[in-house]
Amino acid sequence: MADQILFFIEVVVGGLLAGTMYSLVALGFVLIYKASATFNFSQGAMVFFAVLAFVGFMQDFNVPFVLAFFLAVFLMIIVGLCTERLVLRPLMNQSEDTLLMATIGLGYVLEGLAQAMWGVEVRRLDLGIKDFPIPWIADNLKLFISAIDLTAGIVAFGMIIGLTLLFKYTKMGLGLRAVADDAGAASSIGIPLKHIMLLVWSAAGVVALVAGMMWGARAGVQFALVDLALKALPVLIIGGFSSIPGAIIGGLLIGAVEKVLEVYIGPFFGGAIEGWAPYVLAIFFLLYRPEGLFGEKIIRRV
Amino acid sequence: MKPIFMTYTRGDLINLAILLIVGVVVIPMTVSSGYWYTSILIPWLCLALATIGQQIIMGYTGQLALGAAGFMAAGAFACFNLILRVPGIPFVGALLISGLIAAAFGILFGLPSLRVRGIYLMVATLASQFFIIWMIDKFGWFKNYDSSGIITAQDIVIMGKPFTSPVEMYLVIVAVVTPMTLIAMNMARGSTGRNWMSVRDMDIAAESMGVSLLKTKLQAFAISSFYCGVAGALFAFTYLKSLEPVAFDIKLSFKVLFMVILGGLGTINGAFIGAAFILLFPVLLNYIGNNVFHGAIDATIISAIEQVVFGVLMIIFMIYEPLGMAKLWETIKIKIAGLFSKNK
Repeated sequence: MADQILFFIEVVVGGLLAGTMYSLVALGFVLIYKASATFNFSQGAMVFFAVLAFVGFMQDFNVPFVLAFFLAVFLMIIVGLCTERLVLRPLMNQSEDTLLMATIGLGYVLEGLAQAMWGVEVRRLDLGIKDFPIPWIADNLKLFISAIDLTAGIVAFGMIIGLTLLFKYTKMGLGLRAVADDAGAASSIGIPLKHIMLLVWSAAGVVALVAGMMWGARAGVQFALVDLALKALPVLIIGGFSSIPGAIIGGLLIGAVEKVLEVYIGPFFGGAIEGWAPYVLAIFFLLYRPEGLFGEKIIRRV
Repeated sequence: MKPIFMTYTRGDLINLAILLIVGVVVIPMTVSSGYWYTSILIPWLCLALATIGQQIIMGYTGQLALGAAGFMAAGAFACFNLILRVPGIPFVGALLISGLIAAAFGILFGLPSLRVRGIYLMVATLASQFFIIWMIDKFGWFKNYDSSGIITAQDIVIMGKPFTSPVEMYLVIVAVVTPMTLIAMNMARGSTGRNWMSVRDMDIAAESMGVSLLKTKLQAFAISSFYCGVAGALFAFTYLKSLEPVAFDIKLSFKVLFMVILGGLGTINGAFIGAAFILLFPVLLNYIGNNVFHGAIDATIISAIEQVVFGVLMIIFMIYEPLGMAKLWETIKIKIAGLFSKNK
């Protein structure tokens, strides 16, 4: 019995830690949604683009780790700049659906560019952290927790705290929230809209890079990352599109629930139910609480 | 009961007659190479039919659904199982029932549309995409317990005559796609379509005008997935000639979505234009790669370029012509007509 409970805890903890990876992708999503009310469908492609560039710099040009990281950050800032200039600005004041479709196009562009530049083969990314259970925890608590999962969890947690502080307590954050609330009113009182957008897209780019590094170290840097990143969408639905804590809790919930379902119910159906379980979970949330756990209630008028 | 077919103008009938003559008489008589049928005409018509389905839900009803490939898979495997398990079922009958089965899935997964819209609905429809493919993959019954994962599709037999050569299969597709396109056009411009469009343009206003959102949305989902289901069955039986769930993955859903958006939201002929473009552009790109650069460019790079071009076009169309190539075509036609009338 004790073994079973331990195993259950292990499954849940593994799921929670894997869930932080979804949270990281969802976080980039929320950042952009908060500032520009745009559903950025290309966030998954940004993850792929950023980490592939990072690995490409390291492996093809023998750039050291830190420099490659900053080069990739720089690249993501350029991507943010181009997106703001070429996609968002011409589409200002368009409907949400139009913007969403434009970001689907943007995702295609990023995926294609990344593959054209760096090739399509799976690349290994070694962060110096192993995907093995941490011996100390395994010995003392009898729980097998992967070091990379734990690192991802800590990194995600750190980013969340940083971003929350940024949003809550800085002047920039106040500007961001003002723009999110009413872009027209914000710009009329002198908040520089362009700078805010650039900042937000760059921040989302950096978040994407970090998420990609964590995932890449675990499963290899490959195109499948884009499909994995799609799971950030149910996470957002559960957490609410405009809430940073929501992204985190949604991610954790999806991670844990999908693992538990996979381990305990999956075998009855031949497994691999984690492919769709998050989406079905999201549907139930949609029926019961469409604005998500922490989202703001949307009121629509004629 | 209102008539299903509305009155046509003389011009409509002439256009239809010309298209039919070209499609049924001229093409089979002049085009003899199998390549044109198997690689271009057959997939074009099948995907155009699926695109009409996506068009109905997205272009006319304004519901951002992303699960066309899932419904196509449902239709394809339903058709396979019907022919396999129901002795003596006519092919067209199996095709229609497959469409109905896909429509049932459409209604089921369209239910969330009553509560949510935009990207929320997109996520809900993604569930259908992943769930249907998973279901077919994991339950051996659907695949007749075939372990290889790829099942050969049965031959199409209508009235005891097998339709197996490319030209014959092409004619079968034309015989299915033509009436379905006509019906779609009629629905779109009749009261059904007006209800769809009123829901698209402002659902709350539509509801207060007495349009039932429940009925309209679910009807649109059902009809849309019926089209996708029939298209999927045709796609599997004539183009793929095999049934494998992987062929209907999310990439195909995105492809159909692109066909709708580039072709033009809310137009039936846009579905054909969009499907043709998405299908032909890679062919053109490969041709350029092989004949201009003589294979100096890697095939993976070519497909990456193709992706970039589709993405860029999508953004450009969203910015400059949200109604897509169909609208562009109309504009060009009017410009040309204007040119001639001035000269007179």
